[in-house]
Amino acid sequence: MSTALIIEQLLNGLQFGVMLFLMAAGLTLIFGVMGLINLAHGSFYMIGAFACAAVAAATGSFWIGLAASLAAAAAAGTLVEVAVIRRLYDRDHLDQVLATFALILIFSEATRWLFGSFPLYLDIPPVLAGAVALPGGAHYQLYRLAIIGIGVLVAVGLYYLISRTRLGMRIRAGESDREMIAALGVDIGTLYTMVFALGAALAGLAGALVGALQSVQVGMGEPVLILAFVVIVIGGIGSIKGALVGAVLVGLTDTLGRFLLPKLFTVFLGPADGATTGAALASMLIYIVMALILAFRPKGLFPATA
Amino acid sequence: MSRERAINLLLAALLLAMPLAALALGELFYITLATRMAILALAAVGLNFALGLGGLVSFGHAAFFGIGGYVAGILSSHAFNQTPMFSWPFEFFGSDQMPTLWLAAMLISALVALPIGAISLRTAGVYFIMITLAFAQMIYYFAISWPAYGGEDGLSIVVRNSFPGVNTAVPLTFFLVSYVLLLAALALFALVRDSRFGAALQAGRQNETRLAAVGIAPFRIRLAAFTISAAITGLAGALLADLNRFVSPSMLSWQMSGELIVLIILGGTGRLFGPVAGAMLFVLFEFVLGGLTERWQFFLGLILLGVVLFARGGLIGVLAGKARHG
Repeated sequence: MSTALIIEQLLNGLQFGVMLFLMAAGLTLIFGVMGLINLAHGSFYMIGAFACAAVAAATGSFWIGLAASLAAAAAAGTLVEVAVIRRLYDRDHLDQVLATFALILIFSEATRWLFGSFPLYLDIPPVLAGAVALPGGAHYQLYRLAIIGIGVLVAVGLYYLISRTRLGMRIRAGESDREMIAALGVDIGTLYTMVFALGAALAGLAGALVGALQSVQVGMGEPVLILAFVVIVIGGIGSIKGALVGAVLVGLTDTLGRFLLPKLFTVFLGPADGATTGAALASMLIYIVMALILAFRPKGLFPATA
Repeated sequence: MSRERAINLLLAALLLAMPLAALALGELFYITLATRMAILALAAVGLNFALGLGGLVSFGHAAFFGIGGYVAGILSSHAFNQTPMFSWPFEFFGSDQMPTLWLAAMLISALVALPIGAISLRTAGVYFIMITLAFAQMIYYFAISWPAYGGEDGLSIVVRNSFPGVNTAVPLTFFLVSYVLLLAALALFALVRDSRFGAALQAGRQNETRLAAVGIAPFRIRLAAFTISAAITGLAGALLADLNRFVSPSMLSWQMSGELIVLIILGGTGRLFGPVAGAMLFVLFEFVLGGLTERWQFFLGLILLGVVLFARGGLIGVLAGKARHG
């Protein structure tokens, strides 16, 4: 097991974590500000990926596709917020779960209707094709490094938006006391729509970026959605910082677990049993980590104070 | 109450009449459809202990449904192949007797539910929803990556397991077995709901602080309710495995957890016969819409959305008016 391989796996974990952060940031923001649990967040991820793949295929440019994915996911988010989600803020979580579950069915079938059942493929843009040499003699895909870079940029941008701008101030105020900021004359309805569209756009961005690494197909959003839930539960629901820490933790744990556990168990149980036991355990590892964290910190690592 | 009770009796009679009519008309397929309704209703009655009485929105009950199914599948595959499941402290060759399988399914579901409930119930609200979902995913991925019992491909039950004294291979007999179990679970639900335990559970849903103030710790009664709930859903899983003669990880999937919640809400939250009404409607939708269009899930989504937004209280709520107590 060379250093190069370990560095590569670490970077893979980081890239996975960054992608989870893009999903989890939107989810945790929507929950923190509106108190809404949104299962349909995975659908925005799927919409972003499909929009990017379709537009990139039509125009030949990945970058126009990427812009289209942001626009499509934000538009879908706005539409859904105005038509459905708005009626759910005052309902209990059970109604929210059910309504957004219904939205998943609607979005998935509608996408299948439009694009058929076959997966679409998206090529890595030529500028980012190829690999870079890393210390230790490893080569790493440039595109994956770019995803990590974009994730860091989004994290910094979100931090700036929330702590330094007027909109961010309103979002934070909305988190702590929605009646009060409504009384102060802030149009809370528009604010909610904007937050929801922002979260949807981030999910769409994640979908488009990952679309170039794997096939674009219906149902791709839900496994990621569930991992994003694990992330925000670990991080503390409503906390962007928690989402970042949780996402990197989950990304690294999952990737390194799948890489190391089969090797580790091979030492104890022999190659045949060891590999299957290790693989089975690795697929459960992040949930075990989550259970352990919650057993000691039921509100997550960075509980929101509101 | 009397109007709701009349509707309940009507639903029970309707579910029983369906396979009898199917038999008279020679349309055996409808007996399978009715059996599916009864089994899904049983699973949802199980979830209703946690969700309806305790207000515990478990988004992971597919775990127990699937565990029940796998227990039945694994035990009967060992009995069929005559391979020992374990040889210490005694040789155990599985079983193909339904009562044994049911007991094992309930017991193991309950044993898994105990630690999951103990960790999940430390949290509340959205955390509880997401954690139960995450635990179910953990078991789902375990079932997929563990190759001994079929992994991703699932596990077949070659011959339907038997029940002493009757021939379960006859569709109507198997329906009646499922139907009687459903009625028994409903009776247990009514019994628990009106007991001291049930009163405490419902009080905890309505106001946790007051319940604690009268000296009852909500955690323990909730854990008990969660465990009972898992056991009954596990029993339904064992029955579904026998109906399909097949178990696969899809029984453990998050969509299945979602569907179980859908059954309860479609029928009416907090109602005794809500899960029955919901399961009958759901299977009917699946069958009718599925026959009309390949895209039936799209329309199912629209219907669900309509129910949540405009018809709160589900089918029984629409027919029988508001529940007496929220």
